Amino acid sequence: MKIKDFHIASLQALKGVLINMGNYVPNTLEEQEAMLGLIGMKSSEDLFVQVPKGVRLNREFDIPSSKSEMEVSRIMTSMAEKNKIFKTIFRGAGAYRHYIPSIVKQITSKEEFITSYTPYQAEISQGVLQSIFEYQTMICELTGMDVSNASVYDGATAAAEAIIMSVERKRNKAIISETVDSQILETIKTYCKSLDIEVVVAGASNGVTDLANLEKLLDEETACLLLQQPNFYGQLEDAEKIGRLVAEKGAKYIISSNPISLGILKTPAEYGADIAVGEGQPFGIPLSFGGPYLGFMATKEKLMRKLPGRIVGETTDNQGRRAFVLTLQAREQHIRREKASSNICSNQALCAMTAAVYLDAMGERGLKQAAELSMAKAHYLARLLCEIDGFNIIYKGEFFNEFVTSSPINVDKLMKILEDRGILGGYPLANDKILWCATEVNTKEEIHKLIDILKEVAV
Amino acid sequence: MKLIFEKGSTGRGCDLLPPSDVPVINLEDKFKRQSKLNLPNVSETELSRHYTELMKKTFGVNDGFYPLGSCTMKYNPKINDDMAKLPGFTDIHPLQSEETTQGALEVMALAEEYLCEITGMDNMSFQPAAGAHGEFTGLQLIKAYHEKRGDSKRDKIIVPDSAHGTNPASAAMVGYKVINVPSTNEGYVDVDALRDAVGEDTAGFMLTNPNTLGLFEANILEITNIIHQAGGLNYYDGANLNAIMGIARPGDMGFDVVHLNLHKTFSTPHGGGGPGSGPVGCKLLLSDYLPSPRVIKGAEGSYHLSYDNPDSIGRVKAFYGNFLVVVRALTYILSLGKEGLKHASINAVLNANYMMHQLKDTYHIPFSDHCMHEFIISLEDLKKEKGVSALDVAKAMLDYGMHPPTMYFPLNVPEALMVEPTETESKETLDEAVRVYKKIYEEVTSNPELAHGYPRNTVIGRPDEVGAARNPVLRYVYNK
Repeated sequence: MKIKDFHIASLQALKGVLINMGNYVPNTLEEQEAMLGLIGMKSSEDLFVQVPKGVRLNREFDIPSSKSEMEVSRIMTSMAEKNKIFKTIFRGAGAYRHYIPSIVKQITSKEEFITSYTPYQAEISQGVLQSIFEYQTMICELTGMDVSNASVYDGATAAAEAIIMSVERKRNKAIISETVDSQILETIKTYCKSLDIEVVVAGASNGVTDLANLEKLLDEETACLLLQQPNFYGQLEDAEKIGRLVAEKGAKYIISSNPISLGILKTPAEYGADIAVGEGQPFGIPLSFGGPYLGFMATKEKLMRKLPGRIVGETTDNQGRRAFVLTLQAREQHIRREKASSNICSNQALCAMTAAVYLDAMGERGLKQAAELSMAKAHYLARLLCEIDGFNIIYKGEFFNEFVTSSPINVDKLMKILEDRGILGGYPLANDKILWCATEVNTKEEIHKLIDILKEVAV
Repeated sequence: MKLIFEKGSTGRGCDLLPPSDVPVINLEDKFKRQSKLNLPNVSETELSRHYTELMKKTFGVNDGFYPLGSCTMKYNPKINDDMAKLPGFTDIHPLQSEETTQGALEVMALAEEYLCEITGMDNMSFQPAAGAHGEFTGLQLIKAYHEKRGDSKRDKIIVPDSAHGTNPASAAMVGYKVINVPSTNEGYVDVDALRDAVGEDTAGFMLTNPNTLGLFEANILEITNIIHQAGGLNYYDGANLNAIMGIARPGDMGFDVVHLNLHKTFSTPHGGGGPGSGPVGCKLLLSDYLPSPRVIKGAEGSYHLSYDNPDSIGRVKAFYGNFLVVVRALTYILSLGKEGLKHASINAVLNANYMMHQLKDTYHIPFSDHCMHEFIISLEDLKKEKGVSALDVAKAMLDYGMHPPTMYFPLNVPEALMVEPTETESKETLDEAVRVYKKIYEEVTSNPELAHGYPRNTVIGRPDEVGAARNPVLRYVYNK
């Protein structure tokens, strides 16, 4: 777009005259006038005869004038530069920096994938449909489940949808472990409140779900239990035993996992889960200030028809060739309206494709390695931290790649010191506790650098 | 085509990570994965070519005309994606301190300010991740408003019969009963029926305007007033905002709460189904109920995340929404500015009228006097007389390298095709589409028996959807 055009544009817009907007509106002013003439209109005003005078906006928007691409790029870049990018990050708490293979970024930048719509027209959408089918397969492989949907908004909404799936006429109580990420719990509460689903929080002791307390809460009216494994504090829960307690009462068992951990940890199915959910961001999706991320959701065959969202199935075309389509649509809002299993329409398809390409590139070997490295680095960090006075491990159980310590000094002050040295420290919890995280991207050198700074600060 | 699982061979892969520089941890058996993890074993070459093959079987806006009614498939300017890839936006942790994320908070504050001005609202939240999620959130605000006032008997949401499926589905998810009101023969909300439907149990009313028939509700002020008089609130479904930017604002039509689809009106791409972004805007009377946290501007010009919102409905997802989608939308708003947004809407309506005008002598267009940004074709007669359905005609379009219009929606028009050309299409593209639509009409009327065989030039023919639903195959099974 040329600057000159915009001068003309702004002047002419004021008079309600049609203008030229370069690549945003390809037709020239002359073409627009010719088109108007052809349909028997004199001015662009005639296009809006239906809009009553009483609701017309008879002024310009109070927002800035059009700008050239170069100017916009400059403005946006200067805003981006106001954010600090940390070279070293030891913070997770629901969003994790992992290595993103170059092939992931390349493939998910293809225009066809970026600009296509939901694949309603199967004949010209086989690419997207097959990629979702492959994604579904890999989510099933990771979780041990039979059926995966094509994604929901994020891990928190996946958990909320799983709870809605579990509720039955006589089972209206959802138990959530206190060790679940509080953002997930808050989201669940919002979803459940308006549906009058009772939400009960099962307490924790030593950083894991308190089994005695849980046993008391579980009853014949319990629809489900939601457990996070590894939990918010990084601790590994006795998910197998919990699964048995839940099964005894006939409730549904929902496990939310960090998907990277599933490279080496037991699958939700192995713990007896009925529904597996989680935040798929660690699979190749950048931190992005919290979104877009990826909610994954999978379940056993018996609950297949209650699963919300898009599902892709394999079938054949009219000549017997392999084909993929959106299927089981009788669950969905565009067919069932107020009786649908969920209102979800748009999902996080491109993020699901990102996760699929990530898993393709990593393979079993690579995913295991990412999980093992993350766990090893976190344990190494924990060991060195404990050698500093005042940093004590709070919860003693086995952990994956996150753990909680005390702090010898005020946590906010500590984080500021680290910030100034280019390090995003652990996530501050209440009472001067810190939730630390490490992944495969953290090098031994980085860990030592952090430890050296902490030693300085602690004395 | 083969699945990725059917390619490669055991042992093959892309080794991308270094060996460990710290001691490896031996995991207790009780936590160790027992089942084999089957993932693809492919080289990067194979992986790259696999997705190139998939790409060639995917139709995007860059491939051609995409007039999906109600979906606003406008061209997605590449500058948007470029800005969303800036490391200053992609590489920041959502739980970094406010001091280190001022730019990100500024993006949300500016987008809120501009989108409120565009819609006539007072405040906005970007937490909802998509349109339906926005509906869910907006209806929660309405519910919280009535509850706060102790008005507990309002348990019904009214929607027109032409509403998007998400409207009633969202209302149900918020625990409301859904009342459908009919449209008149002219395609508008039946004001008398609406008046009969409202009462002390009316929580709110959901509408998109222009409505899904592509018509601007001329009685909009009367409609929203009926709801207000009954004590309900008005919800604006932003799906069709592309028709009216700079012309009229939901806030001036009597709407109290809106959701927008940044992936429609504000040109962010659909990504094969998402991610979108469905921010919710509202008038002051509902602002206290917006999801928490909210972005606020401090006196000293810096931005903050406020968690102190005691009346908030709470969270609807983790963190702050699909942030990178908001980056793209802000880029678009800055590019077009106050003049360009209006100009975009003018041309969206012009393009739709231009196409409709040339098609109305060929196809039956039930509301053909005038349309806004989209129009409806009904193939009811063709179906009755020749047995040719909307599906047949849509599938024929695939052979011409065009995406068909939305099919079988709205529900109150039989055999509907809903055409939304958008402003980013040139006159030549529209002329070519008109030529193709007319040619198809000629083909299917002269040879109706051939119509069920379309498409013929696509990579697959019509798939067996009934079989897919009857015997669901929803994943690949290794070693079966």
